[in-house]
Amino acid sequence: MTTVSALSSRKGRNVELGLLVFAVAIVALAYINVGIAVEGAIPPSLVAVGTGFVVITAAFHITMRLRAPYADPLILPIATLLNGLGLVMINRLDLANGRDLAEGMALRQLMWSALAAGLAIAALIILRDHRILRRYTYLAGAIGFGLLLLPLVPGLGVENYGSRIWINLGPFSFQPGEIAKIVLAVFFAGYLVQTRDALSVAGRRILGLTLPRARDLGPILVAWMLSVGVLVLEKDLGSSLLFFGLFVAMLYVATERTSWVAIGLLLFCVGCWVANLLFSHVQRRVLLWLDTFSREALDTSDQLARGLMGMASGGMVGTGLGRGRPDLTYFAESDFIIPSFGEEIGLIGLFALLILYVLLVERGLRTAIGARDGFGKLLASGLAFSVALQCFVVVGGVTRVIPLTGLTMPFLSQGGSSLLANWTLVALLLRISDHARRPVPDPEAPNPVANEPTQVVKLR
Amino acid sequence: MNQPIRRLSFVVALLFASLLVSTTLIQFVWAKDLNARPDNRRTLLSTYARERGQILVGDTAIAKSVPADNEYKWLRTYPQGTAYAHITGYYSFYGAGGGLEQAENGLLSGSSDKLAFRRVSDFFTGRKTVGASLELTIDSAVQAAAVKALDGRKGAAVALNPSTGEILAMVSNPTYDPSGLAGHDLSKVDAAYKALNGNANKPLVNRAIGGDLYPPGSTFKIVTAAAALESGRFAPDTELPGPAVLDLPQTTVGLPNIGKRSCGANDTTTFLHAMEISCNSAFGYLGLQLGADALRDQAAKFGVGDQLSIPMRVTPSTVPADLNQPQLAQAAVGQYDVRVTPLQVAMLSAGVANRGIVMKPHLVRSVLSSDLSVIERAEPQELSKAVSPEVAAQLTEMMEAVVENGSGKPAQVDGVRVAGKTGTAETDRVSRAHAWFTGFAPANDPQIAVAVVVENGGDPDSEARGGGAVGGPIAKAMIEAGLKK
Repeated sequence: MTTVSALSSRKGRNVELGLLVFAVAIVALAYINVGIAVEGAIPPSLVAVGTGFVVITAAFHITMRLRAPYADPLILPIATLLNGLGLVMINRLDLANGRDLAEGMALRQLMWSALAAGLAIAALIILRDHRILRRYTYLAGAIGFGLLLLPLVPGLGVENYGSRIWINLGPFSFQPGEIAKIVLAVFFAGYLVQTRDALSVAGRRILGLTLPRARDLGPILVAWMLSVGVLVLEKDLGSSLLFFGLFVAMLYVATERTSWVAIGLLLFCVGCWVANLLFSHVQRRVLLWLDTFSREALDTSDQLARGLMGMASGGMVGTGLGRGRPDLTYFAESDFIIPSFGEEIGLIGLFALLILYVLLVERGLRTAIGARDGFGKLLASGLAFSVALQCFVVVGGVTRVIPLTGLTMPFLSQGGSSLLANWTLVALLLRISDHARRPVPDPEAPNPVANEPTQVVKLR
Repeated sequence: MNQPIRRLSFVVALLFASLLVSTTLIQFVWAKDLNARPDNRRTLLSTYARERGQILVGDTAIAKSVPADNEYKWLRTYPQGTAYAHITGYYSFYGAGGGLEQAENGLLSGSSDKLAFRRVSDFFTGRKTVGASLELTIDSAVQAAAVKALDGRKGAAVALNPSTGEILAMVSNPTYDPSGLAGHDLSKVDAAYKALNGNANKPLVNRAIGGDLYPPGSTFKIVTAAAALESGRFAPDTELPGPAVLDLPQTTVGLPNIGKRSCGANDTTTFLHAMEISCNSAFGYLGLQLGADALRDQAAKFGVGDQLSIPMRVTPSTVPADLNQPQLAQAAVGQYDVRVTPLQVAMLSAGVANRGIVMKPHLVRSVLSSDLSVIERAEPQELSKAVSPEVAAQLTEMMEAVVENGSGKPAQVDGVRVAGKTGTAETDRVSRAHAWFTGFAPANDPQIAVAVVVENGGDPDSEARGGGAVGGPIAKAMIEAGLKK
């Protein structure tokens, strides 16, 4: 808690600018590449889409220079690049399905990107210090759990393709779990900063693990029951895993006790095992996961199989953007955008994408290490880990590491709620990072106020 | 708190490492298997998008791809339609099926390992990869003659070049039009396929090399005669018992001649005459004298039981093991559970014609690249040595006599010495027998060997009116076409 790392006080805004130019250039090249591959010409929409994209990026960068000058210079370029590549793939699928720019999903995605980036910019401007969020710990908790359970409200929640993680708001459908991820990270950070001393009090040592006292098990049991509730009622392993994994990781960071991780994993495994015994929809997911190509599984859904075949057809170097058939897989632009990329940019390109996420998470964790306050450390590590966990759930789902779930890939996938949530997440990380990397006022430096002959003392 | 955060980064590394492994497994390690899955639509579309090689008979394409104005880019067409259906097979959404389309899919689609070098050079020169073409051994005149002579009757006809094993004609009836399965309208293709697949007459089956196989009837006497001559105990002029019904050991049921007539005066006959008139009792006697092992060995030497691919897989013909005495006598005249393909029967004649050497039958003469340069050329290969040249000469004489004086008269061709053997294979007591004819010509310089079967086409009471009368003219037409008469 008291650790203060001496990080470089270089601002790094010029590095960020250089990387942003690079990111925009890659996106533009990819966009042109798709146009040439599909229609044989540089797409006329390049100017419109490109201008929009550059304006968003420039606005964000200027905000950074003004309001978060010390923030990590890698986070924004990575998010921009991923967001841009997502746009390229969505546009590519628009072309494959014969939708032009006006009616396509790419333009909507661009608008959502602008909205999300705008929200993030606003957050950076309004939220001068992330510690303010700590005041709203319990409000955040209430909102977070509310959002998580919102899809269960009759009439509001809708079940899409087996998972009840969507709500309908007029013309929009929304995945509240995405927002809940951030709000809950705020809640966990605030709550754990308060209670960490109690939760890390030594208990009995068994088998080399210091087990907590029974009465301290309360919070983890509540979190576990909620996650099992999400798994059973919303039928979504991804949300459940994301939420519970986030809690356990933050609990571990707060208490530094491995026993919490062991308890958490054990509880989660028990929960999954029981759910698989009791519920047919869970069994179906497990069948699709373990035996994707069996007749029985294919009769249920061949989506995963199609995604796998798409990835396989990409092979090592991919078919090239615009030259594969990612449109043969359902949800190629959202849940299955990773197979779409795997098909067209190959294993090598997919590795590059995954490394971008690794870098993003790593910068987040680095921010956490550099943060000077416990709340900031917990929040930054929680946010960063949630990105990692979500990548694992999504990519692991489409590559048969774990059963498939309905989560979206941060920044890449088509969808407004996902963009809003992840850009907000980035804004919070940038805010904490700005705080962490800001030079510490030198206590040895002469205090100009102290040297004054008289001091103005605030009376109230 | 920094220590757990550092540890957390290891967990993150582990999570992503698992993703790197899983994606590598899918896109690299298992990619080939996934791409080869028959339900893989991407593979289907990409193979449709590539120009498939032609199947050529002489200079004429019997299967070729023509440009199509839709997402599949190419449409497979079969200009000769039904006449070559079982040779070409079909190329449909269900994949390539039946015939060369399936058997040589790798070459035709261009994905065969034999074409790897060409693909690499295509990659670097930017040339579009095109499938290889197949030039067949089929003689269009013989094929046409066989189709015409069979005249739609259920059955099959095969012609071979005895000295090379080249398949000159291969017809199976009933047939189908592969173009109906190669279209781009999925629902039409589906309906056509369901209709063909559900048809009780099984038009998709190539009866010349597969399906349920046929009892060979008296054409199998070539095998029995070969075994008898090879044994050295019998010569063409050897006297054999030829009663109307041969008494069989261990049973009260005898082996009757067709029409229940005696084969000669005093119920005796010569080996040669028994062959000419297809005398069951004499051949049953030969079988009993030779024993099951000698009969089975002789059949195996003609190729019975071999796994052949021409390149389509040929269902192996069979002589049952563990024959008891009555079964042995029946097997010696091609009854009981002896089952053969018409190709195998043609190989009996071809082996005799080629001085006892059976050549490996094959359909593809050469594999051609898109610019028609030869990638691979088939060399004639010896399959087995069936009989000695002396025995082959004796068998030739006997088979010539069959056509000259015996049951095979309808196969006579003016000015050509034709050797042959008829067969009338009873299937059950109700249906008419299968009519067989196999032979080769010219007997002194064999250039074509044929086998013909017409299902339920024969009169079970007369060999001449059975295999000879029904199969003979078809064989004659094919021989005439083959010798350009």
